[in-house]
Amino acid sequence: MSARRLPGGAAIRAKGWGRAHGWLLARRTVQFAFLAMFLSGPLAGVWIAKGTLASSLTFGVLPLSDPFMVLQSLAARHVPETAALLGAAIVLAVYALLRGRLFCAWVCPVNPVTDAAAALRRRLGWRDGLRLDRRLRFTVLAGVLLASAAGGTIAWELVNPVTMMHRALVFGSLLAWGVVAAVFLFDLAVAPRGWCSALCPVGAFYGLAGGWGRVTVRAPRRAACDHCQDCFQVCPEPHVIPPSLNDPASDAILSRDCTACGRCVDVCPQSVFVLGLRRHGPAAGAAPLRQGDLP
Amino acid sequence: MAIETDRRTPTRRRFVQGTLRTAAGAGACGLGLALFAEQSRSLPADALRPPGALPEQKFLSACVRCGLCVRACPYDTLKLADLAAGPAGGTPYFRARKIPCEMCDDIPCVKACPTGALDKSLTDISVARMGVAVIVSRDTCLNLQGLRCDVCYRVCPLIDKAIRLEIRHNERTGRHAHLIPVVDTSACTGCGKCEQSCVLEEAAIKVLPAALAHGRIGAHYGLGWEEKARHGDKPFVEGIIDLPDRGYTPPELPRPLGREVRP
Repeated sequence: MSARRLPGGAAIRAKGWGRAHGWLLARRTVQFAFLAMFLSGPLAGVWIAKGTLASSLTFGVLPLSDPFMVLQSLAARHVPETAALLGAAIVLAVYALLRGRLFCAWVCPVNPVTDAAAALRRRLGWRDGLRLDRRLRFTVLAGVLLASAAGGTIAWELVNPVTMMHRALVFGSLLAWGVVAAVFLFDLAVAPRGWCSALCPVGAFYGLAGGWGRVTVRAPRRAACDHCQDCFQVCPEPHVIPPSLNDPASDAILSRDCTACGRCVDVCPQSVFVLGLRRHGPAAGAAPLRQGDLP
Repeated sequence: MAIETDRRTPTRRRFVQGTLRTAAGAGACGLGLALFAEQSRSLPADALRPPGALPEQKFLSACVRCGLCVRACPYDTLKLADLAAGPAGGTPYFRARKIPCEMCDDIPCVKACPTGALDKSLTDISVARMGVAVIVSRDTCLNLQGLRCDVCYRVCPLIDKAIRLEIRHNERTGRHAHLIPVVDTSACTGCGKCEQSCVLEEAAIKVLPAALAHGRIGAHYGLGWEEKARHGDKPFVEGIIDLPDRGYTPPELPRPLGREVRP
């Protein structure tokens, strides 16, 4: 069934440490850069972005707003000012063009936390846990909008760890770190990848909004796949991988759940995957199936 | 005829059940969040909202907790509430005793708010209503003891409008005056400069939420002297006559200088 080895070792031997971690480093750099843009002001007096991920103003001219939050505000019967509406439209357009869940892998501050929990689980060899239904987060999404409409408040902000963590980093907070720790422990000990894959409605929203984006992981060298399953181990949404390896019509990971994190690209010793802007390529022969493979 | 139910083909029953389950789940989540939101919509008791803030009920549906108002304030007045404020976590507030609102003419916090939680229709800061200043402790206010502090009166940006000093005879000494600070609740913006400047260890004047601090006289009351002044000193009621008082001797009234005393 699943490989008993830790993923990544074979990739380092085959490609070298640099190429086995290229996309991971790029992602952490981008996440850090987003954070640095908000912190350069309060820490160094150089103001780039003011505010938080909820709503920000960059260089004093560019408004950006969380479209999910604006949607909740509208559900609560408040029509935001132009700045927030424009900011939400810009964000939505960019993610729709690129890929919705890019937010999850490249911007969200909770991502390093859940990635760390997953990595620790692999190190400790913990395999069992609560496998929550992926569709649960869409239920949460609907519930949040219902609560906003009924309660007249932006409901998800009552518990949202994404903005809590970002506010804690940018404005300072004590109790918010408890919520972050709770997410970490939840992913570590209760439900593997439980937060991002099954509970968080922000990711669900972005997935719905940007399922047709251009940034796509493809598997042009899938004929070279040796079924080590390292990619399945590191992928936060492993169900998106099989179609790209087996579907005769397309070698792309088209599922809106894919966050384009690039872990599969990094960790594959055969360099089966590639992350780029082309959604379709000539579909090479499918990876040969073996008994016991996931369909 | 046996009907083959392929797991990938949604049957009517599976569709209906699936929809019901999703709806129930959404209802459960929504109910949980909505109930949690009802718990308490309050910040610390002495917390005030920034100028132009919508009424609290609407404020929580508009504020996205972005902190742009906090960044815009040139005096570091505003802070974002921590999680302990429950549903109001992350929303901006200030404590007058620590750093009051300095009543900037250009109101940068309102300008910075991207969603309108701070209402952009506020253009004149003297119309802001963040709260109402109230002399909460008549036992400790120095002016009320007959001394001359006056600090809250002097720092008020709307001096002689929102706060004035009223002269009362000092009964204890017989030869001095009390200068009582009196707040005009219809003019006070609740900026809190008075509370912050009060020289006592615990301020004797505090900014309270407007809902707590306001009274209402009711439409059926008229203050005779104000009505009279509005009608150009004519009698309040047309044709009213003053009948003689029989069997009643009014007390000897001290005669104010230069004015005839009429019983």
